[in-house]
This record gives sequence, C-alpha cells and structure tokens, in this order.
Amino acid sequence: MSHEIAAGPPPFQLFLDAHRREVWRFLAASVGPAEADDCFQETFIAALRAYPTLRERSNLRAWVLTIASRKAIDAHRARSRRAVPVAEPAAIDGRRSEPAAAPDEELWAAVAALPERQRIAVVLRCLADLQHREIAAEIGCSEDAARRSLHEGLSKLRKVVAA
Amino acid sequence: MSRDDVEGAELIARALRGHTAPEQEHGAAELAAERLAERAASEGLADVVYAPVDSPFGELLAASTARGLVRLAFPEEPVDSVLDVLARRISPRIVQSPAALDEVRRELDDYFSGRRRAFSVGLDWSLIGAFGRRVLHVTSEIPYGGHLSYGEVAAEAGSPRGSRAAGNALGSNPIPIVIPCHRVLRAGGAIGGYGGGPDRKRWLLELEGALS
Repeated sequence: MSHEIAAGPPPFQLFLDAHRREVWRFLAASVGPAEADDCFQETFIAALRAYPTLRERSNLRAWVLTIASRKAIDAHRARSRRAVPVAEPAAIDGRRSEPAAAPDEELWAAVAALPERQRIAVVLRCLADLQHREIAAEIGCSEDAARRSLHEGLSKLRKVVAA
Repeated sequence: MSRDDVEGAELIARALRGHTAPEQEHGAAELAAERLAERAASEGLADVVYAPVDSPFGELLAASTARGLVRLAFPEEPVDSVLDVLARRISPRIVQSPAALDEVRRELDDYFSGRRRAFSVGLDWSLIGAFGRRVLHVTSEIPYGGHLSYGEVAAEAGSPRGSRAAGNALGSNPIPIVIPCHRVLRAGGAIGGYGGGPDRKRWLLELEGALS
C-alpha cells in the first residue's frame, strides 16, 4: 500500500547538490560574495533542521530560496546596524558596497543593484514562484507594498533584458 | 498581478534561470556545500553520513548513523536508490562526509590487504528485520577463515527448517563483508549465492584462506 509509509523529501545531499548553485547565486547577488558563504551555511543548516518535516511533494526550490531570502534580509539588517551611525567606509573611499559583477553578468548585476525589497520580491517571484501574499509575509510588508516592490523591480530588470 | 508583471516575471525568470554562472562561482558553491556537509556531520545535525570507499571490487558506498555502520553497497548498486532507501527507512537528513567514514575506510583497507581479521566499527542493525537479525548475528560470529552451511546458520538462528529463509536473509545483508555472509556456504561445500556475485564471495574466501 503506497500510503502506508509517509513519503518524505529526497536525501538531503541530493537536495543540496540540486540547489546549491542557485542559492549561492542569489546570496552572492544579495549580500555580496564575502558574506554569501555565511548566509549559505545558515540557509542550509536551517533547511537541514527543518528537513524531516517536509513532504515528498514540497516545492523544495521555493522553500530553500525563501529561507535564503530570509537570511539575506537578516544579513542586511545586521550590516545596517553595524554601519549606524557613521557611513560605511566603502562608501567613503568611493567603492560600492554592492557586490561587483563581471560585465557579462548584466542581469544578475541588475538584480544585485535593486533596493533590498525589490530584489527579494523579484527573486521570490521569479525563482521561488511565490505569490504576492507570500512575498509580503516574507518581507514583512503589506500585500500592496509587495506588489509595488515587485512591479518596480521587474520594470528595471525588463530594461536590462530588452537592451 | 498585472499582465505586464506576469509576462515580465516569466521573462526575467527564464533569463535568470537560463543564465550560466561563471566557473569560479560554481566552484565557490561546491566548496560551500562541502563545508556545509562536513559541518552537519561533525555537529551531529545529519542522521546518516556516507562516503565512497575504495576496494578491490571498485568503489563501495559506506553509510553510518550515530550507532555505527548501517550500509555497505557494492559499486553496481545505484547511489541514488541506496540513499533513497536510507532516507525512507532511517532519515532524509543524509549528507556526504568522507571524514565521518575514516574509521570504516581504515578497517576495510586493512581487511582487504590481509592486515585485519575482525572489524571493530560499531554496527547499526536498523535496516535488518527480526529474523534477519537472528541469522546475521549467527553469521557475524563465524570467525575469519571459517564457514557454516545455510542449514547450520538457520538452526543456530532458531529455525532448523529455515535454510531457504536464512539464504534470503543473507542475500539481503545490508552490511556485507563486515557482517561476513560470504562465510555461509552450501551443505556440500559448494560456494552458493552471494548478493555481490559468487566471484566476489570466492575472492573473499580466498583472501581469508578458507578455500584451501
């Protein structure tokens, strides 16, 4: 009988192998390569802890990108706490605090350059397939605000794709 | 969502997903994943750890839990299905960690090179059913270089008429070599079957000097 044993998610290592690049990519774009590793570790440790509670048919990709976006938001908040009240040294000596991107990485660079809310909204919509309501819950804003952030982010990215 | 945004999201999604990341980024993601797996293993966050182990038969897959070695798979067994069974029967919290299997690797190396006659790594019997446990416990007591018949093993396991059932239990031994099911032969001394193939059974028995 197929319902006898509740089917769980696939072996964690296979899940990690399947999603590590996309999660890394998203984090490198969101928090920069220097902080990406810490966020990556926190993302997958959190995923590992919660893993046995998942069902076989869970959308694992959406799930792990949602966790990653939460870790990225945490990292931004921690960074802005550290940066207050003086300006970031990086800004003073003229370098951008945003992660640098190779010239052929235009679209991801454009994602990285979006304001935090827009970037998270775009990633959760485009990569994790979340709806406005779910995006709003992740960011901690109203559904209307999530819709606006997504709209603004997408508009900027469409110009890059169209170019 | 407005029609424009729906189309925009699809367009961007295709572009972002289809985009090939630069090689150095793949390397960074792989290293991060390896660190994660080793950390999960060493901090006890994983319930099952596994790694490939070299052997004269090719690359074996060894898997352990906190209790001990739970599975040793021959090279022809597909890794994905071995891991799937572990995920369903024990826990899906499975990571690859070569370091966590160092002790198992050392003991197997020593055994295959003739330097070791008994294994001391702990064993986890949770993939083995009740009857199989009785049969394999008896089997695990057969000394290096010795052998028993299927009937003798069945009798010692408490089922004197169960030599066929004992054969089945031996054939599905999840930890071959370490639980030495190769030391169980046919009554007349014929080599009999083996989960990893009769040639390997013969090789192991020759290694142990049991076929002279």
